[in-house]
Amino acid sequence: MFITPAIIQTALEVGLIYSLVALSLYLSFSILNLCDLSTDGCYTLGCAVGAITTMAGHPILAIPLAMIAGVCSGFITAFLQTRLNVESILAGIIVNTGLYTINLFVMGLSSNISIFGVDTVFSLFKGISDSPFWTEWHKLILLFIIVLISCLSMAFFLGTRLGLSIRATGDNEAMVKSSSINTAGTITVGLCVANSFTALAGCLIGQYNKSCDINLGTGMVTIALASLVIGETIFGRYSVKKGIVGVVCGSCLYRFIVAMALRLNVPTEAFKLVSAIIIAVAIAAPRCKEYFLLQKAKTEAKKAHEAENKALGRAK
Amino acid sequence: MLRLKNIYKTFNKGSINEKQALSGLDLDLKRGDFATIVGSNGAGKSTLFNAIAGSFYVDRGLIELDGEDITFMREHERAKMLGYLFQDPMKGTAPHMTIEENLAIAYLRVSTGKYQIFTRVSKKDKEMFKEHLSLLNMGLEDRMNHPVGLLSGGQRQALTLLMATLVTPKLLLLDEHTAALDPATAAKVLELTKSIVKERNITCLMVTHNMNQALELGNRTLMMDCGRIVFDVFREERSHMKVSDLLEKFSLNAGKNLDDDRVLLSVDQKKN
Repeated sequence: MFITPAIIQTALEVGLIYSLVALSLYLSFSILNLCDLSTDGCYTLGCAVGAITTMAGHPILAIPLAMIAGVCSGFITAFLQTRLNVESILAGIIVNTGLYTINLFVMGLSSNISIFGVDTVFSLFKGISDSPFWTEWHKLILLFIIVLISCLSMAFFLGTRLGLSIRATGDNEAMVKSSSINTAGTITVGLCVANSFTALAGCLIGQYNKSCDINLGTGMVTIALASLVIGETIFGRYSVKKGIVGVVCGSCLYRFIVAMALRLNVPTEAFKLVSAIIIAVAIAAPRCKEYFLLQKAKTEAKKAHEAENKALGRAK
Repeated sequence: MLRLKNIYKTFNKGSINEKQALSGLDLDLKRGDFATIVGSNGAGKSTLFNAIAGSFYVDRGLIELDGEDITFMREHERAKMLGYLFQDPMKGTAPHMTIEENLAIAYLRVSTGKYQIFTRVSKKDKEMFKEHLSLLNMGLEDRMNHPVGLLSGGQRQALTLLMATLVTPKLLLLDEHTAALDPATAAKVLELTKSIVKERNITCLMVTHNMNQALELGNRTLMMDCGRIVFDVFREERSHMKVSDLLEKFSLNAGKNLDDDRVLLSVDQKKN
């Protein structure tokens, strides 16, 4: 069989974890209209902090600790942008570069750590029941719960007065300022929340893979952007609820496409190129659709015009 | 209510683009004053508004609002006391958010208590928004959940006016807020402005390029040139004034003729 349940399961599991990063970019990129390029480093930071805490025997504590680390990273990015007037892209790159060293220090100056043989949130959750169904699906169920809680809290957050101010900051900054809201504050809060989700995803992937690598986050921002664009293409972009559902679905779909590509026996050496092509296609898809619709409208208009000319000629 | 004392502001100091936008400007507005401001391009009208709103700090001078020194108060803190309408109707609203959400943001001026930022917009607030919207007479109260980007320029400007006055401001700044609208819509927005300002007795400053408007609206007319107020007229003197008198006064006080096509065009239109 081309598509086995196991493939779907893995694609969904990893897709759900990645959807948290996409959710983070939804907040910083789509809503706040900022380019936060510190995502790669922040993802690894979450993984490193999570892995170290898990190794110390606190897999559950690892989650909030990783998120706090993410908040700190987001705060520094926001501080550079809002208080020191560093360009948003540049601020992300600077923080990303700095985080590489910080991550190495967190990981005890080794570029790769393994956390085999200790409890993770997944192994703790597995211990609830012995049934074969549970053993098979516990990871997916746990991830689903975590992502559901994250999405609900994000939707709730964006509906509060603070969330509304954050949304307006990305939509029309001048208006927000003249409504007595400090945009430096809203940007800071937005980036802190966004990066906490990125770090949460990093923490989960570390416990999922039972390892952490210093280069884990490379290319993460592109993958998350691809998920975001796929979601926006399918679900539209203006409503918050649709946006959040779209982000999660887009992320799972992206993982699914990658899984299919792997099934087509793409050699592992070519894998980066394949993902880059998938991302480019996903981002270009709306434009291509527009182009084809325009061509269709043009041919139809031409046909109608010709038919009209014919009718006129006959009348003469 | 508003007191500006000896205000100076120079942009791009020390470069060849150096421009003294405000030079020794003095202004004293009483509570409930509705003053119109005219002046040629580059006279400093918008700079004056931005100085009051706090887009930048002035180089020298004192700005006082309702007895409080706001010279160095930050922009978003002053915004609590100010309403500001721009010429561009797109500037005052967030296009991808609904009418209701836009109003909720404007209403944040009064609801920034410690924990209130984590609350959602309540039913009571929504009812209140609806009531205010119905006063505009544009049918917007039935479109509360539509994105503002779908509204026309006139509707957006009317909504911005409502947002600026939802919480009665101490001072309302109108920077040619009807200039980008078609004549019929402009008249309607102006009518709304008049009724809201009058009803709540809001102190108001309005820039206009229309000389007739400058004399008809409000109770006081100011003329600006080279970053100063060159002419200030109110009460009886103002009620007897015609546009030609105003132009004459200007050339007398500024030492030159008013050279603004838009102003002069608006005068010509009236003659025909």
